[in-house]
Amino acid sequence: MPEIHNYTLNFGPQHPAAHGVLRLILELDGETVERADPHIGLLHRGTEKLAETKPFNQTVPYMDRLDYMSMMCNEHAYVMAVEKLLDIKVPERAEYIRVMFDEITRILNHLLWIATHGLDVGAMTMFLYAFREREDLVDCYEAVTGARMHAAYYRPGGVYRDLPDQMPQYETSKWHNADEVTKLNENRQGSLLDFLEDFTNRFPKYVDEYETLLTENRIWRQRTVGIGVVSPERALQLGFSGPMIRGSGIEWDLRKKRPYAAYDKLDFSIPIGINGDSYARYLVRMEEMRQSNHIIKQCIDWLRNNPGPVMVDDYKVAPPKRSEMKDNMEGLIHHFKLFSEGYCVPEGEVYATVEHPKGEFGIYLISDGANKPYRMRIRAPGFAHLASMDEMARGHMLADVVSIIGSQDIVFGEIDR
Amino acid sequence: MTKYLETLSTELQERFADIPIKIKIAYNELTIEISAKHSFYVCESLHNRFDFSQLMDLCGVDYSQYKQADWETKTASSTGFSRGVHEGIHQDENDKPRYAVIYHLLSVKNNQRIRVRAFAEGEPPCIDSVTSIWNSANWYEREAFDMVGILFNGHPDLRRILTDYGFIGHPLRKDFPVSGNVEMRYDPDTKRVIYEPVSIEPRTLVPRVIRQDNRYTD
Repeated sequence: MPEIHNYTLNFGPQHPAAHGVLRLILELDGETVERADPHIGLLHRGTEKLAETKPFNQTVPYMDRLDYMSMMCNEHAYVMAVEKLLDIKVPERAEYIRVMFDEITRILNHLLWIATHGLDVGAMTMFLYAFREREDLVDCYEAVTGARMHAAYYRPGGVYRDLPDQMPQYETSKWHNADEVTKLNENRQGSLLDFLEDFTNRFPKYVDEYETLLTENRIWRQRTVGIGVVSPERALQLGFSGPMIRGSGIEWDLRKKRPYAAYDKLDFSIPIGINGDSYARYLVRMEEMRQSNHIIKQCIDWLRNNPGPVMVDDYKVAPPKRSEMKDNMEGLIHHFKLFSEGYCVPEGEVYATVEHPKGEFGIYLISDGANKPYRMRIRAPGFAHLASMDEMARGHMLADVVSIIGSQDIVFGEIDR
Repeated sequence: MTKYLETLSTELQERFADIPIKIKIAYNELTIEISAKHSFYVCESLHNRFDFSQLMDLCGVDYSQYKQADWETKTASSTGFSRGVHEGIHQDENDKPRYAVIYHLLSVKNNQRIRVRAFAEGEPPCIDSVTSIWNSANWYEREAFDMVGILFNGHPDLRRILTDYGFIGHPLRKDFPVSGNVEMRYDPDTKRVIYEPVSIEPRTLVPRVIRQDNRYTD
């Protein structure tokens, strides 16, 4: 009987633990991974090429569709790049709104990560709990933009509109009777900020609950401790960023090290891991959720006391008010030019980065003075993380591959672009 | 920040005095321009001597249509605008070589970024791989090869990465149409997926224009 030593396993592209359309070619010796070769590009939509054919302001919605789990953070990097080229100073209120929604997005992303990572490793309940909390935050997205995912809320020059004074409420339907609706609307009586504050008061307790389910859990620890260990030196070599590099013990967070928007005025700390394994990255992300919650609270306080404009007062970049457009010739011309031709951005190149929930998300924009970008390059954090898959998975068991994919927090929208 | 960039710029000038190098500071970002044959040498010493321990990004750029627009805007007042779109009718002088590879480096220790632009010459353009300096370059170089068609000497595994198996062409080159060259469908007769030339016509929704806005001219 011939003895088979190595064999090749095709993992994905349609596998629930592949977090999207990852095709992994695994060379196995028994159950030990000898080599992992990720095949990506199954979700490639050519965002970089498409951006070259659109005026600057029409590319914002494409940004939501990159990392579709952290929509507004992607937009933030893009609008920062355009603003840098145009030399625009964004109103302070808009900066705080952006920071607040960046942190809401970070919690949204980490909740989805813990939900799916938990599900892959066998903690089914996490999925249900995390989605319960996500619902509230997605409602905030909806209240402010009308969309629950693809918001297109940040615009070059500020944000599209100010926060609503009234949180939308449930109505009676054949699924909810009057009593249920009153209960559902209990925390929706005030403004968006009131609703969000109520959430931030509840949320730390929820994170503690997640931790009681997982942190000391024997199965969770067996599946994550010592899995996918990356040393700090290797983390730098492999171009890691975000929770991945912090999990390896390097204190690097763009919000602190190179503050943008209003982060330099806010109080928060950066959690770092020690061992650089999946478990360390899990702990880092859990603590990040608490820190984000803390930042949101500070933003709520500031936004309550400081009304003001949320968009620059420059009709070359920001659309005029509807009434202005209807009654005023100047306004009409500006509106027409802005939505037909867009605006010409001075020649130059910038690289704008934000601390995205997954790491460093960067937009490298080259403008040759036209109304469309000459070249837009998207630096996706997940791309560098997935590139290290081979190194991280080598020598581990097949089941650990799932745990490694989970701890890398892979989303294919950004990797394939 | 600006001061640091200036000292770094003079340091770099001294370090690379023996090779042709251009250093620019714009938008608070420092850019070094070099030719392909010096790229490995420069990158290696940036990594070893200047503590740029991380390669955050690497991408290829095709400069062939730089400063070209679809509308002539300068003579508009005497003759009026043309309504039709003529691709590349307006051309400013562009002395850049066609292909460049752009490296974005980060120094975690000094909290500093730097951009290196290395112009690659020839067809296909060729440049030394930096995979041995920064391991993260591996996939980035594969992507630059796939998207722009730049070859990297000494890359361990230069395969296409984002496009389809058996794809022809390099999508981010400026002469590659946005709609692509082939489309795919399931053919019920032969019972398999087949490729055909695209049936959609590329069209320009918003013409590309370059306007001299006096707010930004010095």
